Amino acid sequence: MIDMQNLYLLVPLAPMAGAILAGFLGRLIGRTGSHLVTILGVAISLAGSLFILNSVLHGHTFNGTVYQWMQIGSLKLQVGFLIDPLSAMMMVVVTFVSLMVHIYTIGYMADDPGYQRFFSYISLFTFSMLMLVMSNNFMQLFFGWEAVGLVSYLLIGFWYTKQSAIYANLKAFLVNRVGDFGFLLGIGLVLSTFHSLDYGQVFGQAQSMAAQTVSLIPGDPWNVMSVICILLFVGAMGKSAQFPLHVWLPDSMEGPTPISALIHAATMVTAGIFMVARMSPLFELSQTARSVVLVIGGITALFMGFLGVIQFDIKRVIAYSTLSQLGYMTVALGASAYPVAIFHLMTHAFFKALLFLAAGSVIIAMHHEQDMRKMGGLRKYMPVTYWTFVIGSLALCGIPPFAGFFSKDTIIEAVSLSTTPGAGFAYFAVLSGVFVTALYTFRMLFMTFHGKGRMDHHTQEHLHESPWVVTLPLVMLAIPSFFAGFVFIQPMLFGHFFGNSIYVAPSNNVLAVMGSHFDGIGGFIWEGVTALPFWIAIAGIATAWYLYIVNTALPAVIQKKSGWIYTILDHKYGFDEFNDWFFAGGARRLGKALWQYGDVSVIDDFFVNGTARVVSLGSRIMRLVQSGYIYHYAFAMIIGVFALISWFVHN
Amino acid sequence: MFDGLPLLSLAIWVPIAAGVLVLLTGRDSSPGFSRWLALVGALAGFLVTLPLYTGFNATQSGMQFEEFSSWIPAFNINYHLGVDGISVLLILLTSFTTVLVVIAGWQVIQKKVAQYMASFLILSGVMIGVFAALDAMLFYVFWEAQLIPMFIIIGVWGGPNRVYATIKFFLYTLLGSLLMLISFIYMYHLAGSFEISDFQNLPLGMTAQILIFISFFLAFAVKLPMWPVHTWLPDAHVEAPTGGSVVLAAIMLKMGGYGFIRLAMPIAPDAAHALSGVMIFLSLMAIIYISFVALVQTDMKKLIAYSSIAHMGFVTLGLFIFNLLGFEGAVLQMISHGFVSAALFLCIGVMYDRLHSRLIADYGGIANSMPIFAAFFMLFAMANAGLPGTSAFTGEFTVILATMQANFWYAVLAATTLITGAAYTLWMYKRVVFGEVVNKAVATMEDLNGREILVLGLLAVAVLGMGLYPFPLTHVIQVSSHNLLARILQSKLH
Repeated sequence: MIDMQNLYLLVPLAPMAGAILAGFLGRLIGRTGSHLVTILGVAISLAGSLFILNSVLHGHTFNGTVYQWMQIGSLKLQVGFLIDPLSAMMMVVVTFVSLMVHIYTIGYMADDPGYQRFFSYISLFTFSMLMLVMSNNFMQLFFGWEAVGLVSYLLIGFWYTKQSAIYANLKAFLVNRVGDFGFLLGIGLVLSTFHSLDYGQVFGQAQSMAAQTVSLIPGDPWNVMSVICILLFVGAMGKSAQFPLHVWLPDSMEGPTPISALIHAATMVTAGIFMVARMSPLFELSQTARSVVLVIGGITALFMGFLGVIQFDIKRVIAYSTLSQLGYMTVALGASAYPVAIFHLMTHAFFKALLFLAAGSVIIAMHHEQDMRKMGGLRKYMPVTYWTFVIGSLALCGIPPFAGFFSKDTIIEAVSLSTTPGAGFAYFAVLSGVFVTALYTFRMLFMTFHGKGRMDHHTQEHLHESPWVVTLPLVMLAIPSFFAGFVFIQPMLFGHFFGNSIYVAPSNNVLAVMGSHFDGIGGFIWEGVTALPFWIAIAGIATAWYLYIVNTALPAVIQKKSGWIYTILDHKYGFDEFNDWFFAGGARRLGKALWQYGDVSVIDDFFVNGTARVVSLGSRIMRLVQSGYIYHYAFAMIIGVFALISWFVHN
Repeated sequence: MFDGLPLLSLAIWVPIAAGVLVLLTGRDSSPGFSRWLALVGALAGFLVTLPLYTGFNATQSGMQFEEFSSWIPAFNINYHLGVDGISVLLILLTSFTTVLVVIAGWQVIQKKVAQYMASFLILSGVMIGVFAALDAMLFYVFWEAQLIPMFIIIGVWGGPNRVYATIKFFLYTLLGSLLMLISFIYMYHLAGSFEISDFQNLPLGMTAQILIFISFFLAFAVKLPMWPVHTWLPDAHVEAPTGGSVVLAAIMLKMGGYGFIRLAMPIAPDAAHALSGVMIFLSLMAIIYISFVALVQTDMKKLIAYSSIAHMGFVTLGLFIFNLLGFEGAVLQMISHGFVSAALFLCIGVMYDRLHSRLIADYGGIANSMPIFAAFFMLFAMANAGLPGTSAFTGEFTVILATMQANFWYAVLAATTLITGAAYTLWMYKRVVFGEVVNKAVATMEDLNGREILVLGLLAVAVLGMGLYPFPLTHVIQVSSHNLLARILQSKLH
């Protein structure tokens, strides 16, 4: 067993070592050296993760301490690992996508002066993300949580001379910090309720604390579990970009495309989903919290999808699509279908990373042009990119038998069976979302790869397929985007894959209901193609085909006719303007007021310098008394004696 | 191995003796000699403090390495030294910071080198004296004595407006501590000695406790500084030379927190409880109000000065919620802030040495010309924003968790630092480091030299080490904190 523990350590430390070597010795070992050490580190990590997953499936789970971080009184905070099916699966997804992105980066960043730095960052990210998913306690979870945020910040601002990039990375960090604010308070409330930050101890006591209340407003007791879960979910809203903390994710597209795939689609943004699934023993105790989760997820799934329809930047379309898909996962969490959320997290990681990397391949070919209005007809020039993109698109739209079909269909069905308040709205949102998803996805596919080329002559002449380091990861990701659904649906959702790592209360167990009439992959697909969501998706694709292939003049007419609706969508519902004015501007105005009036005028001028003035005024008055004339002093004495005598006589 | 050596006396007097030696041998014609001598003195001063940590018995309660001899028998004033886990760490922080300051001032200071170096060495010894004194009079002497070298440092090597700043600094802190002296004398009349432990055991009525607490409060709140007696600090920092800012932020501010821990709270525990609401209010004001003020600063040093005040808010917050987690969190926050604020002031110093400006608006895009510096600065900026894995996280995280145990809404208010701290630090970082190079002067800025890398590298190791493995620190302060808190929680009223 000793060997296994070393292996657990090796999984996060191998990419860490790669990051350190590429970061500090980047100049010494050169470009090739840097990508070799980091790829080697992540490859070791992937191999280790696969081995661990295999041993976990044979029942070898682990929960133990690596080292004691801090001890205060009886509270012991540790760095430790919890290796169970949930974390093992996440480890494989993270390291697999990370490896693909590492390889892809060789091609994508080939001409960039920050080559070594980039590899160092993405390996550091892999380390942080692994620490997050492997954690067995809240402290380390928070460490990983903020560490991935740091790397995200560094990578969004990777091109640090670009104004839009350094605006976006600050925004991303601060919005995430708003989420972390809630998250940290949630952790604090966990500690004060359970007197421990260890998962095992907290989850073990959860049932007995279910009825405990906390009096936030005197005389108005709240269920402590609801407060904890909502606060933790605020953290998830930041990291997983849920409404209204979604605003940072579209802007994060200012970063290089490989990290959009790795961090802002496949892994980091799903940390919130993972966290809620990990906390299922707590969320199962609070229907209030699950309702909040359902509604927030539903809003994000539908309304962020709308924004994808009007974007022209290819990366932003995929970014809004990511927001919307994260909403789907969140809805699944709210419906107590945690395994489905994780299942969709996995399939989404594959097909969304694929779409991003394929978009990146297009962007390279287009000489860093991202506007789809200047693309078109690329199918002929980039067959591998095109076909992998098609696979990704079909998976995203939920067309059988691609991976997304299985995960998305089960989400929709799970939420339709859920009785948690808010499920009705969420069901409407995810069902309508299917049409929107199909529309924006195929709009993007048609605008980019079909029709006539709208690029300039020079670009057109140089169009060609990307090198193998770029296309290999596309193919490698296309494979699971195709098969991950029908291979894994049975064990993950209706089998015993997750074991004890996810807890669902019997009364909320929608998956068990679905499992009772699950009759194999063939039956599932048959049910799928005869059900509503499939035809809604087909309608979406057909609409996209009509608008962007058949009658290409129509979209502009619709845009003109739709008036205020288009204006609202174009302003992304006005969140950015409001946040800039209210939060960013408000904080600056408040700071100026406190500084100028509080510190400078009141404290310094009135009290500090005022005291000095009073002292100097007093001394000037006192100076008048010291005239030097004997008769002045004699007069004062007489007055004094007179006053004293009067006082004695009076008493 | 070190049995029998008066380690604490060495820790105090080695740097002072070295300082005097530097002063006596210093010639303006040979500044190099003074520098090397000062470095040897600072290193020797650091080395003699190391056995205090390695030889410290963390499981034993009570003072260790005690030294006792009579000083002024007529008033029963004694030269009595001793340390517990908390003071050991603060002493190590002091001697470590002194080494950094000497190296950091190596080329930067060209005027009156010997006097500059000597001031810091003497200051170092005096400050260690504050942390080691167990006799209130001795404490008071060291407490006031440290003002003199700092007054000289700002007044001689300071900026253009240094006279106003030094006088403000001096008067503020001097006035604050005068009432403390009166309290000492009052308690001497009751106890018959100036022993701090006698003061702690003194039965005091509520009125006496309140008055004593207020007198201490004025001394320590000014030093820390707490809102609203904080305005001397930004002025002092802006005018101070880099080394002065480093010592001021890293160590002198900690004396306020130390005073609450060692004197105010254990001597007047009931008053501390009665006034805890006020103390928490002032701490939260520092955390919230000052953070917004920091956000709009245009001068980098002022920004970091305000940020220091906000971070010190966590020290008093942690102390006055009266639980062990908060108490130790406050101590960790003091140590961590020593590293982080020192590093940030050194970073600003590095830029100031090259461009002679502290204004954010004069910079922009220095990552292009100074990539190594940008990396260090990023680490320390993130530490200032309380990122996990850095030292600042250990303190703030524990204090926020502890506050949650006391009151949900206090914790909510304290946790706003996650947002505001990141906002003011990273916004400054963005404007200074990122972007295109804004002017020719920035384009010609040279990256860090070996000496600067050494200084910032040592601090980076400290910041990361404490962030990733704070256990050795919590281990040392564990028993001492437990005992002190037990004393504070025990009422002196019957």
